Amino acid sequence: MSSSHALLCLRCRSHLSSKTMAATLLYSTQVRHYATITNAAPKIQNGLLFFRGTHRTMQKWKQHMFCFSDFAKHLETETKEVKLAEKLSRTDVVVYESPILPIIDAVSVNERQVPLDLDATDELSALEEISDEEAISITLPAAMPPASTSLRDYIDKSETLSNLVQLGVNLWKLEQRPNVGSMLLRLNYKTDVAPRLLFLKDIGVEDSRLGFIITHNPYILTESLESLHARVNYLKSKNFNSETVASMVSRAPYLLNFSVKRLDNRLGFYQQQLQLSASNTRNIVARLPRLLCGSLEPVKENLKVCKIELGFKENEIQHIVIAVPKVLTANKRKLTQIFDLLHNTMKVPHHLITKFPQVFNTKYLRIRERHLFLEYLGKAQYDPALPSYISLDCLVSLPDETFCTDLASASLEDFYLFQKTI
Amino acid sequence: MATLAVSMFRRLEGLFCVVKPSGVHWKLVRDNVEKNLLKGLNAAPPQSCPQQVRFLRDPGADTETTKSLTLSVASVPVLSKHPLVTGPEFQRIQVGVGHRLDVSSSGVLVLAVGRGNRVFNDLYETRVTRDYTLECEFGSATDDFSDTGRVVERSTYDHITLDKLNRVLAMLQGAHQKALLTYSNVDLRSQEAYELAVQGLLGPEGKSVPILTGLRCVHFQPPNFTLEVQCLNETQKYLRKVVHETGLELRSTAVCKGVRRTRDGLFTLQQALTRHHWTAPHVTRAVQQYYSSKKNKKTRAVADRGDRITTTGGECDEQPPNLNQ
Repeated sequence: MSSSHALLCLRCRSHLSSKTMAATLLYSTQVRHYATITNAAPKIQNGLLFFRGTHRTMQKWKQHMFCFSDFAKHLETETKEVKLAEKLSRTDVVVYESPILPIIDAVSVNERQVPLDLDATDELSALEEISDEEAISITLPAAMPPASTSLRDYIDKSETLSNLVQLGVNLWKLEQRPNVGSMLLRLNYKTDVAPRLLFLKDIGVEDSRLGFIITHNPYILTESLESLHARVNYLKSKNFNSETVASMVSRAPYLLNFSVKRLDNRLGFYQQQLQLSASNTRNIVARLPRLLCGSLEPVKENLKVCKIELGFKENEIQHIVIAVPKVLTANKRKLTQIFDLLHNTMKVPHHLITKFPQVFNTKYLRIRERHLFLEYLGKAQYDPALPSYISLDCLVSLPDETFCTDLASASLEDFYLFQKTI
Repeated sequence: MATLAVSMFRRLEGLFCVVKPSGVHWKLVRDNVEKNLLKGLNAAPPQSCPQQVRFLRDPGADTETTKSLTLSVASVPVLSKHPLVTGPEFQRIQVGVGHRLDVSSSGVLVLAVGRGNRVFNDLYETRVTRDYTLECEFGSATDDFSDTGRVVERSTYDHITLDKLNRVLAMLQGAHQKALLTYSNVDLRSQEAYELAVQGLLGPEGKSVPILTGLRCVHFQPPNFTLEVQCLNETQKYLRKVVHETGLELRSTAVCKGVRRTRDGLFTLQQALTRHHWTAPHVTRAVQQYYSSKKNKKTRAVADRGDRITTTGGECDEQPPNLNQ
């Protein structure tokens, strides 16, 4: 191993100090895992020598340590394409000469072994006079740690990451997720990221939403373009128009990661279970696209709760779901709590609750406080037949100010004071 | 140089109290307050990205044939300091809870932010009384002493009068007074005990059994009645048990419909923040109010509150915790 290092010293002018050499040695021993050589490698292998191998010793490291070698290999391939011609013309000795990241490994040395002459050493003094062109061409090795828990160490060197930040992607949130950071580092901006961003723009997603979509679903950058196109075409074949598809993708970033079969399954489920017409199904899915993304088990349980525990009839459930699709994904405990308050404490009958399904979308405490306030004032009257009737939608949807002045004819401070006594 | 967010955080550090709604676990209240404070702190505009000067080669000069010596200067923002890469300035703040309330109770809950948490250790040690209002009902007894439990017994209550109730409450209070004296760790026949009793400082230090220093009925309309309690080292379940025992003493049964804490040490329901005010500016104001009131209280002697329960012995006593330690 030392011999190969010495050889490198002979030829590589860009290592200005032995400290860098030591640093590179350090890099090589610490790298966890080398990915296999990419497609770009074979065409370079003719002229240059690659040292590669695998390290199994560092497997105990945590998942989200980003792999230096993946990024390193990526960077190398980029710079290699630029410097290839230069290198080949300069020397006929087979030496690996990337000035940025030499990857050296003692375990396996590829292909040709070069005979070494340890006594012949070039002068590497810092006081040596070099021409201006050589001065410009000196580039320092990247001061990147071989592995890191944060993406900020790599962002200055990575085109993908810088462009993503400028789009508005929240990299800090993404790096908390396991393996996402490594995946983003491995992507090539021109071949992976840009085509998919252009695809999203084509289907009509606005530029301001691209950051949101990638923050929530970075895996859209690894889906194949054919499958993405196929899914969009499937949705269009179900008579969703393009603006609807664009808005659905913007609001449910995971939508296009699901196969056509799964989307079909879900649409079919909603249509059959709720016995809705096609246009109604389209309507609720367009308004709440995450219905197509999540699992169907909670939805089935919610429907059972509505039918058995709460006692709503089929047509009532249909009406509630068309008005407030969120009921299908709401928390069961919350649904039963609100219903219990409405039906048993406030004595509101089923048909009246069906008329105002937005009560299931509000906070339980809000309904409780307002109802108790009205009861204290003697104005809690929810029967439309009797005078001074208060409708449920006014009760829950109005902001506090309007509620106090219009419905309760009291001041806001009184309402807050009352909340301290319940 | 502290950023805007850091100076806002300094103003937030301290004690304040909130109104805990009933049916909500105290941990959810604490989490909600922390979330809102973080939102307020991180809403301050972040510092702009620092710039870095870089020398870039002219494009098109990378071929092997020509290498021009011209370099262009560009000032590029350092993206590793961008807020989307580093994350928000405040990711967690320490919000601590004082004496806890169980799920079905409501009322004053003392919270502390940052350095204010240091006070809590002293607070648990010092003898700080709390005020509760108990809404009760005659006629049934349940397994967990509250109205939502499984009913164990039902009884009539027509024979109960206010006079009988007061007699029972006085008897209970006497028993607790004795407990107060027993746990006060002083020899009752000494001069020291007399002086403490005169000042109203007689009582247990640290942990002990729950002691009611004051108990009276404020509203009586059978089957409903309301009790007002001052106590030390209590739990809400114990207070409901007291109601249950009152019912038993009256040859009937009683359950507790609601436990509401109206005062915790120096913090009253008047200063407490309701759900809609759990935001950074309101909390800052409450903390400043606490500091200014503490300054005033230090000069005043412990007042004999006329509207509170006047019992023969133990007056409610608080030693204001010292934040400047």
